[in-house]
Amino acid sequence: MSKKQDNKKQDEVETTGHSWDGIEEFNNPLPKWWVWCLYATIVWAILYTIAYPAWPMIKGATPGLLGYSTRAEVAEDIAAVDAANAELIAKLAAVDLTTITDDAELHGFAVNGGGAIFRANCSQCHGSGAAGTTGFPNLLDDDWLWGGTIEDIVYTVTHGVRNEQSLDSRYSEMTAFDEILTDEEITGVVNHVLAISGQDHDPAAAELGATVFYDNCAACHGDAGEGMDALGAPTLTDAIWLYGGDEATITETVRYARFGVMPAWSAEYRVGSGLDQAEINAVAAYVHQLGGGE
Amino acid sequence: MSSSETPPSLYEAREPVFPRKVKGTFRSLKWLIMLATLGVYYITPWIRWDRGPALPDQAVLIDLANRRFFFFWIEIWPHEFYFIAGLLIMAGLGLFLFTSALGRVWCGYTCPQTVWTDLFIATERWLEGDRNARVRLWKSKWDLKKWRLRLSKWFIWVIIGLSTGGAWVFYFTDAPTLAVGLLNGTAHPAAYTTMAILALATVFFGGIAREQVCIYACPWPRIQAAMMDEDTITIGYREWRGEPRKDSDAVQSGEPMGDCIDCMACVNVCPMGIDIRDGQQMECITCGLCIDACDDIMAKTGKPRGLVDYFALKDEPVERAGGAPLPVWKHVFRPRTILYTVLWSLVGFGLLFALFIRSEIDMTVAPVRNPQFVTLSDGSIRNAYDIRLRNMYGDMREFEITATSDAVLRVEVEGEEASDTIVTVAADETTLVRVYVMSGRGEAASAAERTDIRFWVEDLESGDRSHQDTIFNGKGN
Repeated sequence: MSKKQDNKKQDEVETTGHSWDGIEEFNNPLPKWWVWCLYATIVWAILYTIAYPAWPMIKGATPGLLGYSTRAEVAEDIAAVDAANAELIAKLAAVDLTTITDDAELHGFAVNGGGAIFRANCSQCHGSGAAGTTGFPNLLDDDWLWGGTIEDIVYTVTHGVRNEQSLDSRYSEMTAFDEILTDEEITGVVNHVLAISGQDHDPAAAELGATVFYDNCAACHGDAGEGMDALGAPTLTDAIWLYGGDEATITETVRYARFGVMPAWSAEYRVGSGLDQAEINAVAAYVHQLGGGE
Repeated sequence: MSSSETPPSLYEAREPVFPRKVKGTFRSLKWLIMLATLGVYYITPWIRWDRGPALPDQAVLIDLANRRFFFFWIEIWPHEFYFIAGLLIMAGLGLFLFTSALGRVWCGYTCPQTVWTDLFIATERWLEGDRNARVRLWKSKWDLKKWRLRLSKWFIWVIIGLSTGGAWVFYFTDAPTLAVGLLNGTAHPAAYTTMAILALATVFFGGIAREQVCIYACPWPRIQAAMMDEDTITIGYREWRGEPRKDSDAVQSGEPMGDCIDCMACVNVCPMGIDIRDGQQMECITCGLCIDACDDIMAKTGKPRGLVDYFALKDEPVERAGGAPLPVWKHVFRPRTILYTVLWSLVGFGLLFALFIRSEIDMTVAPVRNPQFVTLSDGSIRNAYDIRLRNMYGDMREFEITATSDAVLRVEVEGEEASDTIVTVAADETTLVRVYVMSGRGEAASAAERTDIRFWVEDLESGDRSHQDTIFNGKGN
């Protein structure tokens, strides 16, 4: 960028020789290397479009000589992650679940993976936060219909509840007492249930209901209404109600019974869309640590 | 079109610059600054600083993998990035201050581009000789001697470039470990790649592109003009003293000669390849080498120094009229520079204050909102919170989590016994725990829609405490 050593003054800028209506065009030349950089980028762009997918055609774009595709790269990345996790997944499928919390890495892997499986497969009924809704159990609380140990949860997930897919599914059936008991007896037993769960009730009706309860309900729900996990018979003395704990809802339950179902998630029963053992263990570990696991 | 001649070229090749060797005050100052800046840059990663077994013992370390920045006794976490932002703002304001007071002093003395270019030119001069020898070499054919000189120059440039890139990677990981790894070939490929890129960039910018970076690539000189005014100290030629120069038409026609003997010393030493006698111009980085060159000539011709000199534009009419210029401090202390100094100091004090009041422990509380609460079988209401505990100490600490509220609440930590709310947090780490807060059946917080609560975390060893306010959701009936 040397200014010529001819004492040329600043205002003596060369002109291009172009002149319109007496207005001249100055020539402040660009450095040559700058122009070469421009040409280099053009050459680069052409080579790039040859080497990589570039030109849009009717069906897809030109593939490029290097055969690169972002989709293939994603597939590779996924395969790499699977390969990296293969050891953990094998370990998870074979682990004794009662001691899974001892292995922090495996437990973390199971809980994170289980969370994803839960959101994909379970959240439709149990809710994305696992809080359930009417008829679909809340998995965060400390009340379990079929048991809340991690092994109980694995069994429930594998075989489901009251389905015809797995012969080993959790199964029980409440009787609909609408045509078995008189209206008076039903009112009585409902008031008895209200009484044992600590709610407002009619003491006289409840007294009658106690006998009715003992004769008809205690076989499954227990003498004191404490429930029975083996039969999926809910505890009637606590504050948790799957369908609702008010008089009208309990009456409806007694009259017409309930029959909640859950699919069997094992791939054995859901061919093509089921969960393998590692996935079942993962989702069980996830549900178990939500706050209610036993 | 008025002309049918061949039009002049619209593009021009670079005119190579061969700065001559020069001695003097400003050259010495530049050597000192080069020694200091490059010394700090190359040596800093090797300084050790003991922080205990859990933390690295490198005094200055940007640990990207673990997201920590260590600076002697200070450790910066990612959430404290405002310190870096603050330092950058201070650097910006500092540049504004120096530019408005002393012109392009950053460009002339401390800019890495200038310092490395200076170093590369010094190498070139040492190998190939001074200006005239280099011009001859440049014009000569590519014979054995030229190849030998060029190759040895490029070799030394690449060595300088490699050590520059090498010093850079040492800031990001333990320097001695990496140095051994680099030598025996076991270092991470990223280290080699970074070094190679930086080595090539250094050779390219400092050895080949040189002044073109300042003229064409750097935006800073274009912005600097906005900070300069008539009081800014800059380099100029006292043409009222120098002109008419020797051999000019005016002198030949009998006018008395000025001080300038047109020896071209100022032009020959200029690393930007300009003639300062044309006035202050875009390319000038105010490095002061032309002042040294001219002072040397003035001493030889028995004239006072300062024909080319640092001065403020405001003094020009005064000096032209024969008056004395204002002392430098009167140019430097003016509202604009004082304002920049005040702003710079405010940011600086703010950062220092923030540094001294920052807490070594902290927590963030994220209430779980899906669902807002859970009813337990005994009828009590439970809320869950994800609490992240932060331990910035260099050793493991035990944190106790408690909650205070107007209502009666019980606190439990997931995975711990009911009465145990102490969580161990590893040195220089964070730990995420799920905390459950319970309110009994029918109690105030269960019945209310919302209850304010405050979580406390206490480091049992130091007694440091920190708190976060949040809410407890009840049934609201």
